[in-house]
Amino acid sequence: MVKSLNQIRNDFPILDQKVNDEDLVYLDNAATTQKPRAVVEALAHYYYTDNANVHRGVHTLAERATADFEAAREKVRAFINARSTTEVLFTRGTTTSLNWIAASYGEKVIGAGDEIVISYMEHHSNLVPWQQLALRKKATLKYIKMTADGHLDMTDAAEQITDKTKIVAIAQVSNVLGVVNPIKALAKLAHEHGAIMVADGAQSLPNMPVDVQELDCDFLAFSGHKMLGPTGIGVLYGKEAILNEMPPIEFGGEMIDFVDLFQSSWKELPWKFEAGTPDISGAIGLGAAIDYLSAIGMANVQAHEQELVNYVLPKLLAIDDLTVYGPHDPAQHTGVIAFNLNGLHPHDLATGLDMEGVAVRAGHHCAQPLMKYLKVPATARASFYLYNTKADADRLVDAIVATKEFFKHGTV
Amino acid sequence: MALSSLDNLYRQVILDHSAHPHHHGHLQQVTNEIEMRNPTCGDVIQLEVAVFNDKINDIAFSGDGCTISQASASMMTDAVIGNTPAQAEEMVQVFSKMIIGDQPNLDTKILEDASVLNGVAKFPARIKCAALAWKALNNALTSNDGKGKAGQIVEHHDN
Ligand SMILES: Cc1ncc(COP(=O)(O)O)c(C=O)c1O
Repeated sequence: MVKSLNQIRNDFPILDQKVNDEDLVYLDNAATTQKPRAVVEALAHYYYTDNANVHRGVHTLAERATADFEAAREKVRAFINARSTTEVLFTRGTTTSLNWIAASYGEKVIGAGDEIVISYMEHHSNLVPWQQLALRKKATLKYIKMTADGHLDMTDAAEQITDKTKIVAIAQVSNVLGVVNPIKALAKLAHEHGAIMVADGAQSLPNMPVDVQELDCDFLAFSGHKMLGPTGIGVLYGKEAILNEMPPIEFGGEMIDFVDLFQSSWKELPWKFEAGTPDISGAIGLGAAIDYLSAIGMANVQAHEQELVNYVLPKLLAIDDLTVYGPHDPAQHTGVIAFNLNGLHPHDLATGLDMEGVAVRAGHHCAQPLMKYLKVPATARASFYLYNTKADADRLVDAIVATKEFFKHGTV
Repeated sequence: MALSSLDNLYRQVILDHSAHPHHHGHLQQVTNEIEMRNPTCGDVIQLEVAVFNDKINDIAFSGDGCTISQASASMMTDAVIGNTPAQAEEMVQVFSKMIIGDQPNLDTKILEDASVLNGVAKFPARIKCAALAWKALNNALTSNDGKGKAGQIVEHHDN
């Protein structure tokens, strides 16, 4: 990497603290990542020097704020290699992005008997909007099966996607199983049947290079807060031709061209979809996060996480009574690792780890249908990021073993 | 601190109740019943109560949950069985105050074993786990037709 791991860690002041008297090990990055100084300082700089509303003033601050805001859009465009900034819409996050697709594109193209194809491993955000759309339209919601080790079953995908299919919506990286789904191959399948491809990039954008032209997906949704940016800002990428055909979802200021008493016309892309004052500082913070990630290089981020997975996964698999979900081959697994100690509820496990200073998530990870598929009520989940170390991985393993001993013997 | 502080939460009697819960299963005759969920974690409890002559004659629970929620349910059934619904309601009130932990002199004798769950006050993330069964009981007993409205437990905002 351009920066050493130590230098990177120094950019994240929050990591340097004690939790329950232990040095913090933050392994809940799939839920949200920590923010580097550069992002926090970009927010402060904006509010201290440039704050004004965008696209509505002629004064100098308004010009600066607008330029900063649109510069952030260009940073996003370059990061995902979209053809133009007209294809980059700012939203509140992945959830809003996916809901917009369902509410606008879905509402327009889906009719009775049409099919929407998703998978069992989808986050509720990439499931419930489609389920509700299907219910509204009397359309059919179909699920692509998984292989025994948690990969998407591409043979089944080829069967589920038919000429009736209008939308295929799949996560590029699972937030539970740690698998990478072949969006490019799925997009090809979808297009062969005249359907569009929606990629949920919430867990992929933070961790690997993503190129929308290479994937040829029609939509890509992701969240700033999972990739070092602030909460409240996200992105919806859409192919220009499709966005042009889509009606706006919200109406009001910023998005209009002319307003008459009884009719109005809309601004051009991307502003047609951005009604009201946007999250200006959020977009600027996301731009700073993208600068930070790009300086390190997404390939390096991915390689670092892979090295951690190669290191920690065999150690986790070696713990008696620990079940690890998803592929057991480290080469097939991203830095999101879900697991359970047999006989212990993941909440109890996570409380034990918290007492050891290790922050993990426990619960259904907004993926209740997946939990049902795996036949577990919930799991614990550790998720690694660019600032995590092998020492963090050791702390996780030690804390799991200590917690296991505690519950076996009733006391330490 | 580390894991030793877990002793404050997971006292032996809690681990025992969780491993061998009392009144676990279903009743023949049911006057009040309910299902409650904790949407943040997916825990769920089904509670069945038999109230005859203004007395909780029998009670049973089933469902899925963590050590704390299972132990709490087990202890709750022990505490309320044989009492009147009004007494049970009072226990629910005392228990709710206890797990929030802002009344150091609270008298928790009527809760029997369940009083050891006071340690949960130091683990704010786990308060809802402890509260689930009690909230379920409260809803089941206070519904007019005995069919407590299936529901969700909401956040404790008290601390
Ligand atoms: C795969 C996946 N999709 C969607 C989301 C929703 O993201 P957000 O809550 O930022 O809208 C998440 C985050 O939890 C996720 O992991």
